Amino acid sequence: MLILTCPYCGLDAEETELHPGGEAHLKRVGPEGSDEEFEDYMFARKNAKGVHFERWRHAYGCGKWFLAARDTVTLQVYGTYRAQTHAPPQDIVDAIRKVRPDWQPDWSHAE
Amino acid sequence: MAEALATVARLDGLGMITIRADLSRSGDAIAEAAGLAIPDATRISTDGSRSLGWMSPDELLLILPAQETPDAIAALEQALAAEHALIADVSDARAVFEVIGDHASDVIAKLSPAHLDALPQDGLRRSRAAQTAAAFWRVDGGFRLIGFRSTADYLDLVLQSAACPGSGLAPR
Amino acid sequence: MTHTPPFRLARGGRLIDRAFQIPFRFDGRYLRGLRGDTLASAMLASGQMLMGRSFKYHRPRGPVASGAEEPNALFGLGQGGRFEPNQRATTTALVPGMILRSQNCWPSLDADIGAVNNWLSPMLPAGFYYKTFIHPRPFWKHLFEPIIRRSAGLGRAPTDPDPDRYEQAYALYDTVVVGGGIAGLTAAREAAEKGGKVLVLEQNPVWGGRTPVDHKAGEATIQALLDDLRGRANVTLRRNTMATGLYDHGYLLAREALADHDPNQGIPRQRLWRIRAGHIVTATGALERPLAFACNDVPGVMLASAVRDFIVDYGVAPGQRIVVVTNNDDAYRTALIAQEARLDVTVLDARDSADGDLPQAARAQNITVLTGSAIAKVTGGRHVESVAVCDQKGEGKHTGTIDCDVVAMSGGWSPIVHLYSHCGGKLLWDEAQAMFRPDPDRPPLGADGRGNVTATGAASGDLRCAGDLERAEGATMPVWCMPANAPYKLRAKMWLDYQNDVKVTDVLLAAREGYASVEHTKRYTTLGMATDQGKVSNINGLAILSDALNQPIPQTGTTTFRPPYTPLTLATIAADARGEAFQPLRKTPLHAWHERHGVSWEPVGQWRRPYCYPRGDEDRHAAVNREILAVRNSVGTLDASTLGKILVKGPDAGKFLDMMYTNMMSSLPVGKCRYGLMCSENGFLMDDGVVARLTEDTWLCHTTTGGADRIHGHMEDWLQCEWWDWQVYTANVTEQYAQIAVAGPKARDLLERLPGSIDLSQQALPFMQWVEGDIAGMPARIYRISFSGELSYEIAVPAGRGLELWERLQEAGRDLGITPYGTEAMHVMRAEKGFIMIGDETDGTIIPQDLGLGWAISKKKSDYIGKRAQSRSHMKDGARWQLVGLESLDDRVIPDGALAVDEGTNPNGQRKTQGRVTSSYHSPTLGRPIAMALVRHGTGRMGQVLEFPLPSGEVLKGRICDPVFYDKEGARLNG
Ligand SMILES: [Zn+2]
Repeated sequence: MLILTCPYCGLDAEETELHPGGEAHLKRVGPEGSDEEFEDYMFARKNAKGVHFERWRHAYGCGKWFLAARDTVTLQVYGTYRAQTHAPPQDIVDAIRKVRPDWQPDWSHAE
Repeated sequence: MAEALATVARLDGLGMITIRADLSRSGDAIAEAAGLAIPDATRISTDGSRSLGWMSPDELLLILPAQETPDAIAALEQALAAEHALIADVSDARAVFEVIGDHASDVIAKLSPAHLDALPQDGLRRSRAAQTAAAFWRVDGGFRLIGFRSTADYLDLVLQSAACPGSGLAPR
Repeated sequence: MTHTPPFRLARGGRLIDRAFQIPFRFDGRYLRGLRGDTLASAMLASGQMLMGRSFKYHRPRGPVASGAEEPNALFGLGQGGRFEPNQRATTTALVPGMILRSQNCWPSLDADIGAVNNWLSPMLPAGFYYKTFIHPRPFWKHLFEPIIRRSAGLGRAPTDPDPDRYEQAYALYDTVVVGGGIAGLTAAREAAEKGGKVLVLEQNPVWGGRTPVDHKAGEATIQALLDDLRGRANVTLRRNTMATGLYDHGYLLAREALADHDPNQGIPRQRLWRIRAGHIVTATGALERPLAFACNDVPGVMLASAVRDFIVDYGVAPGQRIVVVTNNDDAYRTALIAQEARLDVTVLDARDSADGDLPQAARAQNITVLTGSAIAKVTGGRHVESVAVCDQKGEGKHTGTIDCDVVAMSGGWSPIVHLYSHCGGKLLWDEAQAMFRPDPDRPPLGADGRGNVTATGAASGDLRCAGDLERAEGATMPVWCMPANAPYKLRAKMWLDYQNDVKVTDVLLAAREGYASVEHTKRYTTLGMATDQGKVSNINGLAILSDALNQPIPQTGTTTFRPPYTPLTLATIAADARGEAFQPLRKTPLHAWHERHGVSWEPVGQWRRPYCYPRGDEDRHAAVNREILAVRNSVGTLDASTLGKILVKGPDAGKFLDMMYTNMMSSLPVGKCRYGLMCSENGFLMDDGVVARLTEDTWLCHTTTGGADRIHGHMEDWLQCEWWDWQVYTANVTEQYAQIAVAGPKARDLLERLPGSIDLSQQALPFMQWVEGDIAGMPARIYRISFSGELSYEIAVPAGRGLELWERLQEAGRDLGITPYGTEAMHVMRAEKGFIMIGDETDGTIIPQDLGLGWAISKKKSDYIGKRAQSRSHMKDGARWQLVGLESLDDRVIPDGALAVDEGTNPNGQRKTQGRVTSSYHSPTLGRPIAMALVRHGTGRMGQVLEFPLPSGEVLKGRICDPVFYDKEGARLNG
């Protein structure tokens, strides 16, 4: 049972109060995108062993979507942050690096 | 036979208004129209008759005597006429319960994963009650809990069941 | 020697109250125990050592242990709905009137026919089933499996519903200590001193764990700790509560027994605690290991700790002459306690010397101690009669025989590491103590990345945690096989897993056959897979396997520990989610009226909607036909309150809805309605409904009944996560309104009879417009929309007024023959009109273009959710199945879902298909069957006939036609 802090409410919500939304920081590909770009956006999901960014909705709470940086192996939560960003904020990156100094951000989608 | 942990009663006669707006821009206007201070995040402010609850960073719920609802909506609409805001009467969309008694918190603790010890006197917690959405806050002698109208019977059932006499959570 | 009374000692028994006798029934016999007894102690006190039969060979079995690890003494308990199989006699408190039944035997425990398996045992080695029944393949499914399944399974499932109540509760603590023995209570005191909320869980009704039994001053020490903890406001002590499993981020499940087997209290029987723990201390103690010697499964062979528990706790002597066989000092406690209880005791110690405090104390009490000694074999069928003694280092040559009725064995102790392991904590092999214990450097991790579980006391490998109470002990000598060089004949009689009948030779066979992984060996031999999950057998089996593979134990590794620690009844997990509260049942404001008027319900998601309202002798079909004809000929009312209603407001709301819907919503004039389609980003149709523009910046979006929450969430997702700078607010106001459809040629006549301010004329309110005003004294919004194809109005009033409006309508329309109609009439009527239904014509793989809904896709918009996906080559493929109508050629209804076959077969040899029926009804309006279907190239094949073979072998035929069967011109709904 994951326990994540909603960055809007500041509450530690348990998994049953949340709704999962899959991989975070996807960049939408619209009608102009090529088949390859659209396929990548629609279907190619990371299956990270280690640092992973996820979308969660505080569904039984404030109803807001937020993002979580989490380690899929150790279950450590590096932090949660509001969804209105294209890339994790610096404090999240710092928290990850503190534990995994070798970790390299992958902001191919970030602007 | 022991007594129920708390009395569970359906409460009628309350109006409710959902207000969605940028609270940092429109807070003062809302406060004036509603007649209550804007609550902090996860809190509810009250004057005994009306209450104003924080539902999300851009949503408040005004709870008031039902007959005051139309005037309050009009006042809010007028106050926010120049702003991007949404005001909706949701009085009929809700079911309200009062859970009153020495062990009212045991009843809530059987249904919601919310951390009750951490719920301040003026806290409003949106969570779930068993399998349906609910929000609750403290009132004299217990809690007031709101859920959706369609699940009122379900809520009544699970609340009554959680209040079963002799089933207090104190260690035996 | 024979097993003779008295079994209840004249003195002692710290947990029993001799003043209160408790009658119970065992296999029809009336027996008596004392208050405080467990079932096991009460049975032993009655001289009943035989308590069960083993699973595979049906060998007679008695209790081995005194606690949760017991593999043999399992009973069916209770009657009717309260019957429960596999209840452990050693952990079940005796209550008056209990009814016990023995398991896994027929016709009776004493004369069990299945015991013939015992004689066949050389033919039933490990992997027997795998090897024997693997070929020929079809025989397994149709012949072997059904027979084996019938004779397998331990205990019988109850057949009646469980009449008891169960509940759950949530709690949050800074520290949870699992285990109320000396280590746990000490850890709780330390945690409490540091501050924060502390919870201590103890699975038994009494505190103290082993300490009060093992140490003279133990009881007082425990009492002092308890007194201290009870005086602390931040400590909660909870007995009868077993921690069953530890999950991610310190989520601990625990079962509290409130009224087990005592249903008369009127309170929930069990409570499942869902605890969030900041830190967990496992003080779960250790389990004693059996020793592997020949015939170590004969009733009367018990763990040494269990023998002394029965003597000290219950004043029960499992036997009069006890042989203690051990590889450690601890078992001498049993010898001393038995001696003090005036029982005969001899100690066989496998070690060459035994000079610790306890062996010396035993010798001082004139107890015979034979070192370097072992048991070669136990004699006895239903009860231990004697043991043959041999040298531990030899091959089992008898050096003597000792008459006895109990063997108290101790192969050392294994820490209980289940909770530590459940969530990823690692174990290390402690060579000196011959045990796996928690590795303090590799604990389970919490959300903060730090260890969140600490093991303490015996659970951490510290077997001597009673501090000042301890005496100096000599080292334990690992003994995995007794005697060390026992030949095959003896090894074939050494039981490892009592419940599943796995012997030393089975593990050796697995090793010989190449099973190097302990996980594979476990599955091949079934070692540790019984209801006790191998609590007493796993380490011994692992050691035997490692020995056979000639590798150290840590290299072989250990099996995975999985929750629950001991079995949990499903009712406790379900708790209050059963019966009426199984899931929330959502009711419309008119629910009670429907119920009063003979409704036949249809579940739609969590909602209940009227399917139809049968009258008198009508069946559902007749009722539906009547309702349809009433709407077509006069007027009917439908409860449409369940339709989702979402307000969308803001300067960017039009732009936003243009992205949400395939068609243009920003251009919809205020006062008008438009039918809209919503697709997923993958292009597939996921919802539809009528959108009304309420004001310059406000739209109201109707969704399907099941769609309100989902579509509202979908909108919020895009607003919050993609277009967060767009100024749009949404609100789900579904339940604020009761919505009533008034449909039929007399709909306007009817509504005009109600007083009100609204002009409902064709000029004032034409099709696809809405208007606000008062009707029958209620504030209402009326939408001129139609799903039936008739002149139709949907009236929304505040939910609290819905019933009043509905009743006013019924009253006002009585002379018109007003007829409430249900979802099925609605479905048939929309199919007559060729309207699609989400979930019938769509299944998550259908795009609007397949359904002839291209007209509802804006060509002007550069983008909408799903547009890119719909331009993929497969979506534009002309061979996609398209929506058509079907006319049955012989007046029979072609079943929903029937497949239209094509020429040829696919690579699997199945007939190719070219279409399927999506909706199919008998139309009372037209007096013939109608259907809709998705057919390859369908729209270009009007008039062609398709064949639909049925499972019965019959073939129905349908002719492709236009899907609009009724009022193609729309004259009626525009009327
Ligand atoms: Zn939140």
